[in-house]
Amino acid sequence: MSVERTEGLHPLYGLMAEFETPGELVAAARRTREAGFRKFDAYTPYPIHELDDAMDLHDNRVSLFTLIGGLCGCAGGYTLAWWVEAVALPLNIGGRPLNSMPMFIPITFELTILIGGLTAAISMLLLNGLPSPYHPVFNVERFASASRNKFFLCIESDDPKFDHGDTVSFLESLKPEEIAEVPR
Amino acid sequence: MLQPVELPDEVHIGPVIDEGHSLASVSDKIGGIVLKRKTTLGWILGLLIAFGLMQLLLAAATWLFIKGVGVWGINIPIGWGFAIVNFVWWIGIGHAGTLISAILLLLNQSWRNAINRFAEAMTLFAVMCAGMFPVLHTGRPWLAYWLFPYPNTMDLWPQFRSPLLWDVFAVSTYFTISLVFWYVGLLPDLATLRDTSKKRWQQMTYGMLSMGWRSSARHWQRYEKASLLLAGLATPLVVSVHTVVSFDFAVSMIPGWHTTIFPPYFVAGAIYSGFAMVLTLMIPARKFYGLEDIITMRHLNNMAKVTLATGLIVGYGYMMELFFGYFSGDIYERFGMWNRLTGPYAVFYYCLILCNIITPQFLWSKKIRTNVLALWMISLIVNIGMWLERFVIVVLSLHRDFLPSSWGTYWPTFWDWAVLIGTIGFFLFCIFLFVRVLPMITIFELRMLLPGARVSKEPVAQ
Repeated sequence: MSVERTEGLHPLYGLMAEFETPGELVAAARRTREAGFRKFDAYTPYPIHELDDAMDLHDNRVSLFTLIGGLCGCAGGYTLAWWVEAVALPLNIGGRPLNSMPMFIPITFELTILIGGLTAAISMLLLNGLPSPYHPVFNVERFASASRNKFFLCIESDDPKFDHGDTVSFLESLKPEEIAEVPR
Repeated sequence: MLQPVELPDEVHIGPVIDEGHSLASVSDKIGGIVLKRKTTLGWILGLLIAFGLMQLLLAAATWLFIKGVGVWGINIPIGWGFAIVNFVWWIGIGHAGTLISAILLLLNQSWRNAINRFAEAMTLFAVMCAGMFPVLHTGRPWLAYWLFPYPNTMDLWPQFRSPLLWDVFAVSTYFTISLVFWYVGLLPDLATLRDTSKKRWQQMTYGMLSMGWRSSARHWQRYEKASLLLAGLATPLVVSVHTVVSFDFAVSMIPGWHTTIFPPYFVAGAIYSGFAMVLTLMIPARKFYGLEDIITMRHLNNMAKVTLATGLIVGYGYMMELFFGYFSGDIYERFGMWNRLTGPYAVFYYCLILCNIITPQFLWSKKIRTNVLALWMISLIVNIGMWLERFVIVVLSLHRDFLPSSWGTYWPTFWDWAVLIGTIGFFLFCIFLFVRVLPMITIFELRMLLPGARVSKEPVAQ
């Protein structure tokens, strides 16, 4: 199989293989991992849960940050309502308690959801390194179909096991449709 | 998460997506509506009509700001007229979007995938319309920031024990979270548009909007987690929003408002009206854009069933209101209910029963659920019925409360109607723009429903 080369003296970001079906990609990703590669990524037009296993993806930090965000919102919401009503502007209405807990629950709840939800979205984006206006994978012309109907696997040149010739022959053994160099 | 649920064939009418679609064809079909389809005369005409109606809103708001809230028909004892009726109506409509996007996601309902984007957009626009009303109703919208807690030279703070302030927090949180959820859902589809468009400016625009999404498996894993968390957070949120709206009434002591059934009854009513609005909008959109193979009869049938189910809950709410009024033994409560049935606004109450309880009973018939035109008419009637419900709740309870000497009546003026019709124009204007520039169906979730999308058996590599 011929490797699609890109002209110029760009340093290489990695080698990219293209697959036709999700099943082939999952099998390829599993074999890549078993072969000892760690710096590689799969690109698919929709989330494929089998890849989480095949690539050993178990990043739970989004959940953790969301929990922390939600708890901060919860504590902040209650503190805000309590501080305003009991400290900043205490109104004595018939001797009722200033720290009127049940009445502060809606605000506490809403701020829990607000801060938790915003943390979930923002932490997901930041952990994914988004927004990122440029990325080397887009240099491969056929990669445009990664968001349409094709499945890609890219082994990055940063991987300690990466060796141009060996990696090409390894990718060829996965029987992809195409193999392309990804210039940086 | 999101695995299609297998049901025996007789349970549903047809598939969630018609046969013959592939990963490429769904992308091209939905993306093509935005990128390739010529702007049709019908779309321009529709947009212009909506734009014209929106001008009515601007004119009405301008007149209101010049003259004050007196241009509306409100006066003591009915201080809450159309503004609050419309606020509750619009915010209720929004609830279907969040129900479809969040609750049905958690419940693994794969049929939601084809309709969630549209319904969420509807939510956003409906909440925008809703949010205008309390601000307009203050009469001095340039002071609306007083609703937020911030240190000020007057040394005043908002009252956190007031349901009206809870409303400010609930509605603004609802809008923010709905927007974030919707935008996060859009990212992969914006990337699809970026990658399939041929024009430079489109690639630039959708590229910016997609934040450089590159469909990476490592990204998808966190993305799915975040979506699930957002759905988990939005689920109690959507229930809380209409609950808080109902507290605006239930926490007060006005006969007819001060009841414990209000929160669940309001939430059911919100979902009821929301699904009716989704049907009202989606049936024409599906027709004009030829999406019958993606928004199938099964979707319409399911939405009709949800409408029927929530309609029955609402009907139960009406009966309980009457029963509580009678059983309370309180003369004011009893009179309030009697006044609904025989007072000057009784015709509104009977229309409401006709629209909201009698009409949806037709949905028991599968023939009617699968008859697109009949379903569309029923959805329109339910929309009107739910508006009448809010009118009955707001106006009828206020107009005759405790002292006969303080009784009064309320009739909307031209400017009341102008604001209502103006917001409908604004809403439709947003919907028209949305279907033109953004994919109205979630493409990447649709791909997951295709038979070839699942990893069945990994081929044995040699």
